[in-house]
Amino acid sequence: MPDGTQPPTGRVVGDVIMKVENVSLSFGGVRALDNVSFDVREHEILAIIGPNGAGKSSMLNCINGFYHPQEGAITYKGKRRDTAKTFEAAEEGIARTFQNIALFKGMSTLDNIMTGRGLKMKKNLLWQALYYGPALKEELEHRAKAEEVIDFLEIEAIRKTPVGRLPYGLQKRVELGRALAAEPDLLLLDEPMAGMNHEEKEDMVRYILDVNDEFGTTIVLIEHDMSVVMDISDRVVVLDYGKKLADGTPDEVKRNQDVIDAYLGVSHD
Amino acid sequence: MDFLQAVFVTPFVEIWESPFFFIELVLVGLSTGVLYSLVALGFVLIFKASGMFNFAQGAMVLFAALTLVGLMEHGVPLWAALILSMAVMVVLAFVVERLMLRYLVNQEGLILFMATIGLNFILEGTGQLFWGSDVKRLEIGIPDKPFDLGPILLNTFDVTAAFIGAALVVSLAIFFQKTPMGRALRAVADDHQAALSVGIPLKTIWIAVWTIAGIVALVAGIVWGAKSGVQFSLSLIALKALPVLILGGFTSVPGAIVGGLIIGVGEKVAEGFWGPAFGGAIENWFAYMLALAFLVFRPQGLFGEKIIERV
Amino acid sequence: MFYREAGQFKTTYADDQAVFPILQDKIAVLAVIAVAYSVPLFANEYWLQAILIQFLVFALMAIGLNILMGYAGQVSLGTGAFAAVGAYACYKLTTNIEGLNVIVAILLSGGFAAAVGIVFGLPSLRIKGFYLAVATLAAQFFILWLFNKVGWFYNDNPSGTITAPPRELFGVQITGPAATPEARYIVCLTFLIVGAWIAKNLARGRIGRSWMAIRDMDIAAEIIGIRPLRTKLLAFAISSFYCGVAGALMVFCWLGSAETEAFDLAAVSFPVLFMIIIGGLGSIGGSILGAAFIVLVPIFLTNFPPMIGLEISTALQKHFEEIIFGAMIVIFLIVEPEGVARLWQILREKLRKWPFPY
Repeated sequence: MPDGTQPPTGRVVGDVIMKVENVSLSFGGVRALDNVSFDVREHEILAIIGPNGAGKSSMLNCINGFYHPQEGAITYKGKRRDTAKTFEAAEEGIARTFQNIALFKGMSTLDNIMTGRGLKMKKNLLWQALYYGPALKEELEHRAKAEEVIDFLEIEAIRKTPVGRLPYGLQKRVELGRALAAEPDLLLLDEPMAGMNHEEKEDMVRYILDVNDEFGTTIVLIEHDMSVVMDISDRVVVLDYGKKLADGTPDEVKRNQDVIDAYLGVSHD
Repeated sequence: MDFLQAVFVTPFVEIWESPFFFIELVLVGLSTGVLYSLVALGFVLIFKASGMFNFAQGAMVLFAALTLVGLMEHGVPLWAALILSMAVMVVLAFVVERLMLRYLVNQEGLILFMATIGLNFILEGTGQLFWGSDVKRLEIGIPDKPFDLGPILLNTFDVTAAFIGAALVVSLAIFFQKTPMGRALRAVADDHQAALSVGIPLKTIWIAVWTIAGIVALVAGIVWGAKSGVQFSLSLIALKALPVLILGGFTSVPGAIVGGLIIGVGEKVAEGFWGPAFGGAIENWFAYMLALAFLVFRPQGLFGEKIIERV
Repeated sequence: MFYREAGQFKTTYADDQAVFPILQDKIAVLAVIAVAYSVPLFANEYWLQAILIQFLVFALMAIGLNILMGYAGQVSLGTGAFAAVGAYACYKLTTNIEGLNVIVAILLSGGFAAAVGIVFGLPSLRIKGFYLAVATLAAQFFILWLFNKVGWFYNDNPSGTITAPPRELFGVQITGPAATPEARYIVCLTFLIVGAWIAKNLARGRIGRSWMAIRDMDIAAEIIGIRPLRTKLLAFAISSFYCGVAGALMVFCWLGSAETEAFDLAAVSFPVLFMIIIGGLGSIGGSILGAAFIVLVPIFLTNFPPMIGLEISTALQKHFEEIIFGAMIVIFLIVEPEGVARLWQILREKLRKWPFPY
């Protein structure tokens, strides 16, 4: 263990793979993010917490390239990300789930997960039109990969069900599956446990930890359930009104006076 | 070269040389534009109140005008025919709500749009089934006499039409902004379920707005019909309201008016001065191409608001 | 009772992903194709010429529109224009290039239509839904005006029409006045079968999934790496290709000669839209069923009333037709937005269990 940054979770954390530096984003007059900076290190689980409207989702949207911050820089694997297009995020190995489920409602679970494999499929239009030879072989290889994800998330039974008909908890799981199918290096999870009951949360936590553990995926998650956040994350970034309040291990954050004030609403002047 | 000359030089020279012809074209364009605005208004009303892009508005214009003319042909006096036609449009609003809208609550915009294409065909078919498909003249006593205003030739009919349009627009604007019903309409447009949950009676609102749209269609049908006869092509003219909406924005009453005028003037002037360069009849597509150019550069229209997408 | 899949186990992913995973379906489809090819043996000329060829051409067009609207979710009212591009391109190609195989010419025409489709698809990056419908209306009006105005497109023919020149395939005339309806029917049928098969392949592979992803939730699609512009333009291109090929067949194998009116909104764009709404958005088989339905209703209206002793004028008949189509659209959208294809699926589910309730 090189320095004091080694988290209590016992995970071996690598180098910084993404740097967020002085990022500011505003819509008209509203300042959604104000001079936010933090690092993400390889293989860690980083939680972003903060009250509603603190700019957590906006932060993920900036990393994704869905919003482009007016100021500051986001560097991912040595490349600037803040000006890149949304689809380029996926090409560079960033996958994402959403706060309000954003599945493809008209498609089956399997097809949804297969869309996550899309970037890895290379056969051109003509082979696809024939659905034969190399194209068929490719399709089947990726089907096998998709089935691994289905296996991993224990959703075999709903493979062919249109996702629009699934209950909320399962939809969340399928959405995670779609992101995992892309074999991302960095996984952004926007409130993966929102609206779930206790057991569903336990399942979800288990999947997140397994993904991190088995595939070495770096995870940035937004979550409101403090016990979960404190349990599984290596580091926590706290946002409030678009500004970063604190950044550190769960224990450090818990003791931080600004954070306590923001959460308990104490004013100190 | 010749073509470029005909597009970029000659028209401007001509405008410079015959400014009165240009002004006349603008005025003719304005009077056509008022009619486009009238049709577009019906679209905007329904879009505002139900988020539904009512493709059938054109057919409603035809249907209303056919009903009026049909009644008059059977010897019903004008005033009675007007009242009866209005009654027919009210009944239509009830029927549409009862048989169609209430089953389509909360459907996606695209489904609603396609449903109104269906309604469009039903109305066109029914209107012509009852009243026949030959061209009918509509005499409602608007004087149609040319008169001179200085060096410019004007027409009493066009002026009257413009006044009718203006009166209708003003009363609608007042209705939307100042009455409780208008406010309820805007609430419904924003979110069906939310409006229902605060106790706005969705069905009543829909019937009301379709009735208003029906009456607007009747007015548009009367003016159009008196100008060029009541016939099937009325519902095609209504297709011109689509580019008007693109220009003006789907939810803006003033947008519909200004958009209509721009399209009306634009296509008359384009036909008059640029038409020869393209071999004529560019009126058919000019409005759409203008709208298309607009879509690429300002998708929200002249008066629409920019939408921020969230995830 | 005969429609059971019990005992048919799928042991590979390939089996599971087949178009017709159930043996009975495979047999049924092969049987339908066999019957379709033997139709010329017993159908009369009226049926072939007026009904079946028309149906085949429209079915191909409906598949094209369904790729764009049903799969990629982009509204188009410009079907007629893209078909016209195909028809006029094919006319120019066959009349100007000596010895060009007519099948090659038809496929090339599809390519021209695809190029035009891409141009008018460009606004789709920025606009959605009925806004896009207006953009495609621009294509519809502009292109038909262009073909009407510029003599070059119809070889400055004084009548302003394009006429299919006589061309042969394997020594048999398949276009022009001397071609038999049987030969033209077989050509159209082959185009439809191959077209439907390719469309199905595209729809069930990566490309089809990216179309549907864009349709269902474009933002999420982009975030998992689907390029929106490229995907939408591909849908426009392929859809227009189908429409263009169908347009070329429409003139060369069905009508024989045509003017721009043959491709206008009421003649092509709306009927084809109705076919896919009734048949089922996002279903290749549905497109074909929908085309059959829309082609048959007018035929029924012409033939049925006289059979029960009613004489109705053609104008009246046209109005009835409009009302019936309109009502069907509304009813389908309310009752079963997924169209006949979905009804068929439900029927099959029932059949699998029959005679047991579940």
